[in-house]
Amino acid sequence: MEKPIIELQKVARYYEMGEAIVKALDCIDIVIEKGDFVAIMGPSGSGKSTSMNLIGSLDYPTKGRIFLEKENIGDLDESALAQLRGKKIGFIFQQFNLIPNLTVKENVMLPMLFQEIEKEERERKTKKLLEIVELSDRAEYYPNQISGGQQQRVAIARALANDPQVILADEPTGNLDTKTGNKIMDFLKKLNKEGKTIIMVTHDSDLARNYTNTIYSVRDGKIEYIEKKTGKKWRRISSSKEN
Amino acid sequence: MFSDYFLLAFKNLRKRGLRSWLTILGIFIGIAAVVSLISLGAGLKTAIMGQFGSLSVDKLTIQNKGTGFGPPGSTVVKKLNDHDVKIIEEINGVEVVIKRLLRVANFEYNDASTFSYLVSLPSDKKKLLICYESLGFEIKEGHLLDTGEIGRILIGRKIAEGNQFSKELKVGKKLKINGQEFEIAGILEKTTNAQLDNVVFMFEKDMEDLLSIENEYDLLIVQVEDKDRINEVAEEIERKLREDRNEKIGKESFSVETPLQAFSAVNTILNVINAIIIGIAAISLLVGAIGIANTMYTSVLERTREIGVMKAIGAKNSDIMWLFLQ
Repeated sequence: MEKPIIELQKVARYYEMGEAIVKALDCIDIVIEKGDFVAIMGPSGSGKSTSMNLIGSLDYPTKGRIFLEKENIGDLDESALAQLRGKKIGFIFQQFNLIPNLTVKENVMLPMLFQEIEKEERERKTKKLLEIVELSDRAEYYPNQISGGQQQRVAIARALANDPQVILADEPTGNLDTKTGNKIMDFLKKLNKEGKTIIMVTHDSDLARNYTNTIYSVRDGKIEYIEKKTGKKWRRISSSKEN
Repeated sequence: MFSDYFLLAFKNLRKRGLRSWLTILGIFIGIAAVVSLISLGAGLKTAIMGQFGSLSVDKLTIQNKGTGFGPPGSTVVKKLNDHDVKIIEEINGVEVVIKRLLRVANFEYNDASTFSYLVSLPSDKKKLLICYESLGFEIKEGHLLDTGEIGRILIGRKIAEGNQFSKELKVGKKLKINGQEFEIAGILEKTTNAQLDNVVFMFEKDMEDLLSIENEYDLLIVQVEDKDRINEVAEEIERKLREDRNEKIGKESFSVETPLQAFSAVNTILNVINAIIIGIAAISLLVGAIGIANTMYTSVLERTREIGVMKAIGAKNSDIMWLFLQ
C-alpha cells in the first residue's frame, strides 16, 4: 500500500474565545489514500469546517501532526506552506470565491501566476482547462456576468490549474440547485476517475453516499464513525474515539 | 512576473475609480499645500530681507540712545557731536564717518501741511556718493542732488504723490519746510524700504540752518575699510566713546549697531514664522498621510476574503504585499 497522501495524527484545534477555550476538533485521526473520494460529513458546528481547513493546510493544528505527502506542515512557514498548497491542493468553495475584478481566464491563471509559471504556458493551460469545464466561450467574462454553476466550474478549472493531486471541495453544491449541483458532482467524479484525490465537505448524506467511497462523520469535534464503500455496499469501519 | 502583478493591481485601481482619484487628488493637494506653504515662507523672507536691501554690510550705525525717531529735544541725552566724530575717525579700520541728521519737520504745499521725516545728506562729494549707494537711490524725475546745490531737496516717492497735499509734487516746484521754501530737484524711485519713500532729503548745511542745529548729529554712519573686521571696529568705537564719555558698560548714551545685529533680529522672527509655516505644512502632510493610510486600510479590510482566497490558491505573503503596494 502506498503512503497516504494526507494524514492527520491525533490532531486537535482549539480556539481561544477570551477566557474560554473552544475545542473545535479534539484529537482526530484521518488518513486519505491516493485516489480516494472522501466526504467529511456532519452538522454545522461539528468541526467539519475546521477539519477541512486543517486538511487543506489553511490552518495549523494546536496539537498533533499533519502530513501532506510526507511533509509535516508544522515545519513550514506561512509562505512556504502557501506555495506547497498551491501546488498540491486545489480548492473549491461553497461561495465560489472567484476574484471579482478578474475575468474568468485571469481567475484560472492566477494560481499559476503564484507558482511563477511563464505567461505562454499559463495561457495554453488555461485554454485547455476552460475546454474541460466547457466554458471556453466565457473566457473574457467577469464572474458577476455568469451563472452560479458556471462560476463553480470556473472554480474547478482554477483548482485544477496547477495539476494538484488533491482537490478539496467545501460544500461545492451548497449554493447551487440540484441539477447544476449534480453536474458539478459529475465533474468531480470524472476527475476522481482520472486519478485525483477528492475530499469534499458536506452535510448532505445522500450526496456523500452517491458519489464518494469513504465517509468521515464528524460530531462535536470528534470522529463519530467512518464508512467505506466496497463494491456497492457501505461498511461501517469504526467509531474510533467514541467512548 | 512583475508586470503581471502590476496589471492585476492596475485593474483593481480602475475598478475603484472614484476612490483612486480621490486618493490621488488628496496626495496632490497635500503636496501642493506643502510646496506652496514652504515657498510662501521663502518668499516672505525674501520680501522682508528686501527691506534691508539698502543696508550695506560694511557700514556701522552709531545712534544717540533714546532719540529714535522722536522730535528733537524730547529726550535729554548727550548728542553725538564733532568731538565724537573725531574720536571715531582716528580709530584704526574706519574709512569714512558720515554725519546724518534725522528730524521730523513740517511740510507745506498747496495750502496744506503735514509732518514727515527730514534727513540730511553730507556735503562732501565722496560721502554723498557713499550715502546714495548705500541707500540704493534711483531717480524717477529730475536728478540726484550734487554738492553745492544749496536750497534744493530730494523727495521720496510717497511724498511726491502728494496725498497729504491733494496735489502731486513736481520737479521744480517749491516745498515749504518749517516755513522756508526749497526747490524740488529730484523725485526718487520707489524703494524696497517703505520708510524711505516718506522722507525729504536736503544738505546738512541747509538742515542745520533751517533747524538751528549746531554740532550735533542723530546718526553717524561709519564705513569700515575691511568688512570682515566690522565687529572689531564696532567694539573699538564703543570702547573709545565709552571712555571719552566716562560711561559704564550697558549704560551708554549711544549705541553702535552692526548690520548683522539688525539682520539677525529680523532673521530670528523670520525663522519663527518659517517654523510655524513648516509646522502647518507638516500637520497637513500628516493628515494627508493618515487619510491615505486609512484608504489603504479599508481597501485591505474589504478584501480580506479575496486575500484569503488568493492565499488558499498559493499566494505567498509577499505576492499579496506586491498587489497592494503597487
